[in-house]
Amino acid sequence: MIKVTNLTKKYGDRFAINNISFEVNDGEVVGFLGPNGAGKTTTMNIITGYISSTSGTAEIDGFDILENPTEAKKQIGYLPEFPPLYLEMTVNEYLGFIYDLKKCELKKKDHIDEICRVVKITDAQKRIIKNLSKGYRQRVGIAGALVGNPKVVIFDEPTNGLDPRQIIDIRNLIKKLGEDHTVILSTHILSEVKTICDRILIINEGKIVADTKTENLEAEIKGNRRLEIKVDGPESQVLSTLKKIPGVSFVTVENSYGNGISSFLVESQNDADVRKPVFYAMAKGGWPIISMDYLSGNIEDIFISVVDEDDEKKAAEAETKEKPVKPDRK
Amino acid sequence: MWAVYKREMRSYFTSLVGYVYYAIFFLVSAFLFMQNTVQAGENANVSNYFTIIMYLFIITIPLITMKLVSEELKLKTDQLLITSAPSIIGVILGKFLAAFTLFGSSFIVSSLIYYIPLTMYGTPNAAKYFASVLAILLCGMAFISIGIFISSLTENQFIAALGTIVVIVILLLIGNVSQYINSEFIRTILSNISFSSRYSNFAGGILDYGSLFYFLTISALFLFLSTKAFERRRWM
Repeated sequence: MIKVTNLTKKYGDRFAINNISFEVNDGEVVGFLGPNGAGKTTTMNIITGYISSTSGTAEIDGFDILENPTEAKKQIGYLPEFPPLYLEMTVNEYLGFIYDLKKCELKKKDHIDEICRVVKITDAQKRIIKNLSKGYRQRVGIAGALVGNPKVVIFDEPTNGLDPRQIIDIRNLIKKLGEDHTVILSTHILSEVKTICDRILIINEGKIVADTKTENLEAEIKGNRRLEIKVDGPESQVLSTLKKIPGVSFVTVENSYGNGISSFLVESQNDADVRKPVFYAMAKGGWPIISMDYLSGNIEDIFISVVDEDDEKKAAEAETKEKPVKPDRK
Repeated sequence: MWAVYKREMRSYFTSLVGYVYYAIFFLVSAFLFMQNTVQAGENANVSNYFTIIMYLFIITIPLITMKLVSEELKLKTDQLLITSAPSIIGVILGKFLAAFTLFGSSFIVSSLIYYIPLTMYGTPNAAKYFASVLAILLCGMAFISIGIFISSLTENQFIAALGTIVVIVILLLIGNVSQYINSEFIRTILSNISFSSRYSNFAGGILDYGSLFYFLTISALFLFLSTKAFERRRWM
């Protein structure tokens, strides 16, 4: 559905994105993850035809966005980071404007009503956008992206600035849209991609440094896994027991609650799942486990892991280049 | 193009700009018309009115063009237009037509109304009168194109308005300034660029194809430049 080949965008001497290639298959929901300035928005802006690339191509359903922009744009609905809303319009007028702009051929009223039903803004259709809450405005932006039934919808930081309730609503909505659309979602928030996306692309300094299925993400992160457990038992004995469990590399007391309950942070090697051994060890000691949670890798962990690996590679390459090759003198 | 046209027309009358424009135009033009024709008595000359009315455009044209593109850039709605509209030329043409509709409707309606007292109190030369109307329409069309171009260069509406005012003043006064220049060559160039000099060719009731072509070329050129300026981020 989307094919990006050797895409590069340079601003002066600086690479916003540097020779990136990836494909997004029909029906896939892909999360685009990266720190600020990594090149996420630039990539999305190129795919949607808002800016051009310095080199490389972006194809949507076989149509090159630069060579055949009219056809390519028909396949895309785009919600930029700041929803492009005309605040003085009502929701119906705004969606009607986009409908006319895109020269849609569906039945106008039915189509707009259907979109409003899907994004749950039917009650706001006649209201002026200026008077809507941020969450509603975001929904109107999503509705705008859905006008014309595009095959691909692209969301740039869609939950940015929303309150927790609105974030959950928008995530559920995007998840639902993913059932019959190809979706690209850019975000900083790992839990967001984990909840919504099938696949994750991590971009750093204009390069794709990881491309993996969501379920494999944590397994691919280098470093230790962290388990937080609360145990009702003598702190020092529990601590020494935990340290003896095979696969455990580090244990520390996180907190003592004073009523015999303590919480411990248990780190294990990446491929070792120590939950069962921990359970049996605590059961053997007669110390009830109050709670046990794997601490998910957060965005920083992933970046540090993936980016460190990337930097190591770059450093190794640089070192190789710096070493002059002495010609053989016979 | 028509989607953008409809939106801009609607926007003129939801933001009061349309009403303010009509109010200023009809009030000032009616006053100028009365002063230069009915009240001028034997000295009445309708071309005086048309010459002076062009100076009203220094205020009215920037009023209707200043926000056309700059507001899109400021509100980031240019992203919607560039990523959704089949052609950027259509977007710019839609905006141009909306501004020209506002300008043209006010000018044509006022010109038709003002023709009535002329026929009541005298015997106006219809050819001269309507050639002047056509010239002013073309002149306004070119000013609107320039205004849209300047609006597409900045996110700030007031800078867009100020820039347009400066350019319109220069294009109107450059003919008068040329009188004080010794070089015949430069004087001819400035006179040919001047919009008021170009209008005077029509004032005699003659359809001056050179000036017609000049106004149309200026309009087309600045609309083309507006298109390029609007999507310049694509190429930066």
